[in-house]
Amino acid sequence: MSTRDRDVYIAGVFEHPRREIPDLSTPRVHADVAFGALADARLERSDIDGYLCDGSQNYRPVAFGVLSMADYLGLSCTYLDSTETGGSAPVIQVAHAAAAIATGRCHAVLVTSAGRPRSAPTVFERGSPEGSFEDVWGMSGAVTGYALSAQRHMYEFGTTSAQLAEVKVAASLHAQHNPNAFLRDVVSIEEVLASPMISSPLHRLDCCVVTDGGGACILVSGAVARQLSRPCVKVLGVGEAVRHSDLGRLSLTSTAAAVSGPRAFAEAGVTPGDIDYVSLYDSFTITVIETVEDLGFCGKGEGGTFVMDGALVAPHGRLPFNTDGGGMCNNHPGNRGGITKVIEAVRQLRGEAFPAVQVPDCELALVNGTGGNLGTRMGSGTLILGRGDT
Amino acid sequence: VTTLPVPRAPHLSEAEEFWKAVAADTFLLEQCRGCTAVVWYPRGFCPSCGSTDVALVAASGEGSVYSFSVVHRAAGDYRGHEPYVVAYVELDEGPRLLTNVVGCDPDGLAIGARVRMIFEHGADGATLYRFTPV
Repeated sequence: MSTRDRDVYIAGVFEHPRREIPDLSTPRVHADVAFGALADARLERSDIDGYLCDGSQNYRPVAFGVLSMADYLGLSCTYLDSTETGGSAPVIQVAHAAAAIATGRCHAVLVTSAGRPRSAPTVFERGSPEGSFEDVWGMSGAVTGYALSAQRHMYEFGTTSAQLAEVKVAASLHAQHNPNAFLRDVVSIEEVLASPMISSPLHRLDCCVVTDGGGACILVSGAVARQLSRPCVKVLGVGEAVRHSDLGRLSLTSTAAAVSGPRAFAEAGVTPGDIDYVSLYDSFTITVIETVEDLGFCGKGEGGTFVMDGALVAPHGRLPFNTDGGGMCNNHPGNRGGITKVIEAVRQLRGEAFPAVQVPDCELALVNGTGGNLGTRMGSGTLILGRGDT
Repeated sequence: VTTLPVPRAPHLSEAEEFWKAVAADTFLLEQCRGCTAVVWYPRGFCPSCGSTDVALVAASGEGSVYSFSVVHRAAGDYRGHEPYVVAYVELDEGPRLLTNVVGCDPDGLAIGARVRMIFEHGADGATLYRFTPV
């Protein structure tokens, strides 16, 4: 196998256009986004020889997860995976798919993610080892864990609520151009601060949206990519890592991106200064602040200052992010937005983002997924993607 | 002391001894006899060195607020009890525990505040450790 054959490309992506889907089952949403990505890649279902999808009992579409889903979709695969790290899982699955292709185990891999928390609220499995120590204190869903991180970040570094709000404002400026976005109204810092406090210091508008939906992504080998008439996006580097509770000495102010990011940059042979566009997981505003620090776009503790004055706003901010409106405003399907982060980065690298937010000459993009909870244990996945050169 | 709920969540069998002690108003920390690490949360082995030779030992029950959040929009059992405080308390022995800080004005709480452990019992026999300002 030549080196070029080991190159990995993203050949197709698809984001479900709806944000409320009461009339379809979750497996059917997986199927619809799979068909959408196949059409986008100009590939047939029979071309797919690897499949990855959501894996936890909380989210997996059917009892046996990826096995049942491969059967349901009629896929004959030699590679299956349902890595479960919460919202970062689809990003890490893309990294795993890339590794499977790079090592020659398969040639065309489908990744799907879907969920319908608006129509069928998620029921979390109980009985995890940490559950009795964490589930009894009245945490308000996922928000309180992130609020504990935000409060500590403010204490250690002087980060302010207005700085957190900048993240929402930037996302809303992008979402106004996306007709499918769940929230399309532009909001101001003042409006974020005036929205109801949910779990201090986080307001309602510090939180992402809750949407039904899903998305899919297809990765292919260089040999397959060269046969396609579609511009492909190259996977240049990947990284994944866990930041756990560390015997009870957990850090509330750093994420596993501090490990996954440098690994992805090293593999790609690029630095933060080279990146033209970022898809940063934005479950809550604090998630983005800690992530820009841990990925090296600024120093530790400087994230609040970094995001001020429109730094994240496309097309001309210092670090344009989440040009679809992100999880903040556009879509956070199934309470896990990892796949949407991959999809928007691919749109940017193909020059297919909404014109008002398309980053000029976008050649290098970074995708970062954050799953679990900053307030307890979390997993990060980082991808560096480049404009295709097939 | 407070009116917060005292819910019960299923625990693994390896945490049975810990929760039995809590029900008797006693808070124990798991310590490794091999590497002496103080382990939170208790699980019957040491995730630092891998030893299964661990013991539950008495803890001071004193510490300081490491971070906190005032919940204004609760879910489940806690709905209607807002505002209340969810916090990480750093015990003097080192571990940071998720818990509630009660018996205080939520808006007057600050990171670093000294707190001590109290025990609260629910109608069905469940017991939780919480903290109150010293």
